[in-house]
Amino acid sequence: MLDFVTEHLPALQVVVPLIAAPVILLYQKEAFAWGWALLTTWTTFALSGLLVHEVFSQEFISYDLGGWAPPLGIEYRVDAANALVIAIVAGIAALVTTYARKSIQAEVQGRNQPFFYVLLLLCVSGLIGVAITGDAFNLFVFLEISSLSTYTMVALGGRRDRRAYTAAIRYLITGTIGATFYVIGVGLLYMVTGTLNMADLAVSIAGMDNNTTVQAAFAFIVIGLGLKVAIFPLHLWLPNAYTYAPSVVTIFLAATSTKVAVYALMRFLFTVFGIRFDFELDSLAFLFLPLAIMGMFIPSIVAAFQVDVKRLLAYSSVAQIGYMLLGISLATSASLTATSIHLFNHALMKAALFMALGAVMLRLKSTIIDDLAGIGKTMPWTTAGFALGGLSLIGVPLTVGFVSKWLLIQASFASQQPWLAGLIVVSSLIAVVYVWRVVEVAYFSPVPEGRVRQEAPLSMLIPMWVLVAANIYFGIDTDITIRLASLAAEALLGGAP
Amino acid sequence: MIDAQTAFLAAFIIPAIGAVLIALTGKSPNLRETVTLITAIILFADILIVFHGYLAGDVSEIIVLEIIPSIPIAFEIEPLGMIFATLASGLWILNSIYSIGYMRGNNEENQTRFYVCFAIAIGSTVAIAFAANMFTLFVFYEVLTLSTYPLVAHKETEEARRGARVYFGILISTSIGFLLVAVVWTWIVSGTLDFELRGILSGKIDEPLLPLLLALYMFGIGKAALMPFHRWLPNAMVAPTPVSALLHAVAVVKAGVFTVLKVTVYIFGVDFLSTTGASQWLMWLAAFTILASSLIAMTKDNLKARLAYSTISQLSYITLGAALATSMGIIGGALHIVMHAFGKITLFMCAGAIYVAHHKTEISDMKGLGRVMPWTFGAFLVGALSIIGLPPLGGAWSKFALMIAAADTGQLVMMGVLMVSSVLNVAYLLPIVFRGFFQPLPEGGGATSLNDGKLHEAPLFCIIPPVLTAFGCLLLFIYADPIRIFIALMLE
Amino acid sequence: MSAEFIIGHYNYWIIVILMMAGLYVVLARGNLVKKLVGLNVFQTSVFLLYITIGKVHGGTAPIEIKGAYDVVYSNPLPHVLILTAIVVGVSTLAVGLALVVRVRETYGTIEEDELVEADLVAEFGEAGKT
Repeated sequence: MLDFVTEHLPALQVVVPLIAAPVILLYQKEAFAWGWALLTTWTTFALSGLLVHEVFSQEFISYDLGGWAPPLGIEYRVDAANALVIAIVAGIAALVTTYARKSIQAEVQGRNQPFFYVLLLLCVSGLIGVAITGDAFNLFVFLEISSLSTYTMVALGGRRDRRAYTAAIRYLITGTIGATFYVIGVGLLYMVTGTLNMADLAVSIAGMDNNTTVQAAFAFIVIGLGLKVAIFPLHLWLPNAYTYAPSVVTIFLAATSTKVAVYALMRFLFTVFGIRFDFELDSLAFLFLPLAIMGMFIPSIVAAFQVDVKRLLAYSSVAQIGYMLLGISLATSASLTATSIHLFNHALMKAALFMALGAVMLRLKSTIIDDLAGIGKTMPWTTAGFALGGLSLIGVPLTVGFVSKWLLIQASFASQQPWLAGLIVVSSLIAVVYVWRVVEVAYFSPVPEGRVRQEAPLSMLIPMWVLVAANIYFGIDTDITIRLASLAAEALLGGAP
Repeated sequence: MIDAQTAFLAAFIIPAIGAVLIALTGKSPNLRETVTLITAIILFADILIVFHGYLAGDVSEIIVLEIIPSIPIAFEIEPLGMIFATLASGLWILNSIYSIGYMRGNNEENQTRFYVCFAIAIGSTVAIAFAANMFTLFVFYEVLTLSTYPLVAHKETEEARRGARVYFGILISTSIGFLLVAVVWTWIVSGTLDFELRGILSGKIDEPLLPLLLALYMFGIGKAALMPFHRWLPNAMVAPTPVSALLHAVAVVKAGVFTVLKVTVYIFGVDFLSTTGASQWLMWLAAFTILASSLIAMTKDNLKARLAYSTISQLSYITLGAALATSMGIIGGALHIVMHAFGKITLFMCAGAIYVAHHKTEISDMKGLGRVMPWTFGAFLVGALSIIGLPPLGGAWSKFALMIAAADTGQLVMMGVLMVSSVLNVAYLLPIVFRGFFQPLPEGGGATSLNDGKLHEAPLFCIIPPVLTAFGCLLLFIYADPIRIFIALMLE
Repeated sequence: MSAEFIIGHYNYWIIVILMMAGLYVVLARGNLVKKLVGLNVFQTSVFLLYITIGKVHGGTAPIEIKGAYDVVYSNPLPHVLILTAIVVGVSTLAVGLALVVRVRETYGTIEEDELVEADLVAEFGEAGKT
């Protein structure tokens, strides 16, 4: 049995949630659906733990799906970079499912509740698939599995606010255009090389710097994935989708889906095209870097003026993507380490923050900033969790946010671009503004008349505090995360000198 | 008796345990305040054991863990830090006694939060004092900022929130915006952040960039209140007076200038700074801050605001001492940390005592109060004289040392600045005392003040601590030399 | 650009025209159903692109002919890929249309500009009217 698991570990990682999802349809009871999803996500998480463990001991794992050898067959290829991403997705999924029940009961229509768990499992499967696959077309299929379930999950928020429907449909249109762009790019690459296997592609297109088809493919793929990542000017779908989706969906999306897309983008930029590709170097310096900087500032400033805290955090997510993009655009091993660790760290902090907001939504039926007055006294644990998550977002020492920021600043010094370090710190000061607006209202505003102390249920507090504790733990003991992140950076840059 | 090494470790754990216990006993005020006092006493005793062990050479570095590869959180003792930790933990006892009187006297709300944050603040001050490298120092510097924010916003009024916002905004933006960059830059060029005697930058950085790096450090250390980043300190005065007394006269601001001294001595190195002349501009800026804030202090009628500007001015004495980049300057600055701490905490405690007894905050309303509050005003006079720098009070020595340092380096202008500033000190501090003692009480005896129809002295809890610290000012005059000799060890 | 080049790549021109037409409809039309139609046209152009790639000059259908060794087959792989992509496209359309139904139920309209106005009015009252 154990041999079977280890041997087929990469496939099980995707297949377990994929097979588990339709089972719920056979017996559509909310309690069963939740229990089943809980079992599945925790199993997936355990499997991902095994996977990370395996990757530490060997450089990468290659798994031929159905026994067909690559490059013709589909290869699952796991190295430190995607093991990290898979662990993020599986871990967050497990915690989110644990957290979800009360919140879903409150926010989603009764008969739709079992379906939510189906969608969640499908989404988990799709996201893990995107991360694990070594085949460019297979990536598209998984991307669409996760995206389709995401659109539907966002629309589940329609019971609370009908704007969820329009948000979902806008997201669907943008997302589909992005995915189609990506497919066009892959098609063009296939035209030139006749292969879809990423490792094989990397070998085949090396030295094809001046081939216009490859350049066009590069552009299509970058824009396509950029839409999924929500790179600054392509982010317009994100704030509404995050704001009007049910709280649980927002937690899951904010912590995982953009992260997976960032990973896919890095995989293409650094493994498939490789930094020796001149065209890419130019676009990194003249396209990605300016966009990263704009992304660090403009959404942060917008966030500072939001009245809905959920929306505020959504804009902050766009801004955080700016940091990741900055690390990508510097394209050194130090900067990719910073980006990889920020993928992980940002998932921790945003999940904790949105979980706190979900609890607030459950109790107060609102996340408008003025309605949060005095929650420091009526919901002390939730508010403390939010405050700690917020400090992590700002990047205060002893939290994960600080580790990310330090590595990123260090990487910009090492790339001889100290002015970037200045920009990073200035933009994180804007984070101080928007986080502190919330904290101040929560703690130092009087409690409105008639509101009694009503803390969130334990089933929500525990996962939230697990994440808050992780924010602090991984901010202090960084041995595992930094090691994994630097392995990830090496794996991504594998072919580079 | 526990051994010194254990005591060293315990110095960081005691405040943490104290904070937790205070939080747990929050429901019973008596128990909570007993816990506070006991924690303070144990911490002070513990620090004394460490001190004793350090003199005997029994204490070695503690490395906690590495957050960033090859930069550990580590603690080590050197003379200045030892003095600073002793000072902060010792005054915490007096301040705790005072807090109990003050907070109960005013029926403040959220007292549990107050005591918890206070314990965390003192704990991080101790950690700053013992930090073995710049990274550790930075980490606890931020913890100190965060833990004092709730203390400043304590009253939860619109005014308190606004003050706290400025406080937090300036401290966090300077520290993240400048100090963090400076720290990373230092690490990139020198490959280490450990505090070393001759500095770690010598020969590793382009000399034209040196003043820039120094500026990032000096403005980054917002807690040293160098102009133009001084405005947080007057704003912090919305806090209850015990906070102003211990944190904004001793722990927080002294953590700032302490960091300034550490950076000049152990990061840049005194010799390196004096040969390159990179700190020239800092000297002038410090001189400007000294004079300008003294002048502003004279215009303030609110007693705490006046004391706040006085603090800004006095802090720049220490920065000036660092900027002179001679060993005498450093010693003068270090001595001034101690001397000013005793003087200023006395003044603030007296201000608080006046508020508790009579709810008066404006100097112009304090006519004749000295006659009904002789102990309070007496202590205030002693504190004021020490700040001015008159013998036989401690403040005399540190000013004297700074003067000598200025003379040694040929900076006659700086000597002039110090003298003018002393005159200004007289001008803004002594009238308060004169008004209290020699002007008659207004008709009706100050209508707001009476509970029982009579004017009265502040509660005992609020009088004993300032009297003790005033007495401390006197003792420091006599025992200044051992301290000076001990501090001088930091330069050898 | 010679005429030969233009004619020789006629299949690509068709793809480009379809692609642009589809994308234009997505961006320019306010009606959500029309947007989805445009999206589908856009996706279909990509299907054609893949199928075009699979064609080998003189190749026959990729079904093995027993005993013949010098037969040129077309590349079957793109066809297979596009089979998957078609499924994805149909599912997307289904989800999209389901959402449109929901939008119609809750807003009473599926015109983009009216939806925007309805949201603004809901948030800011009469002042939100454009």
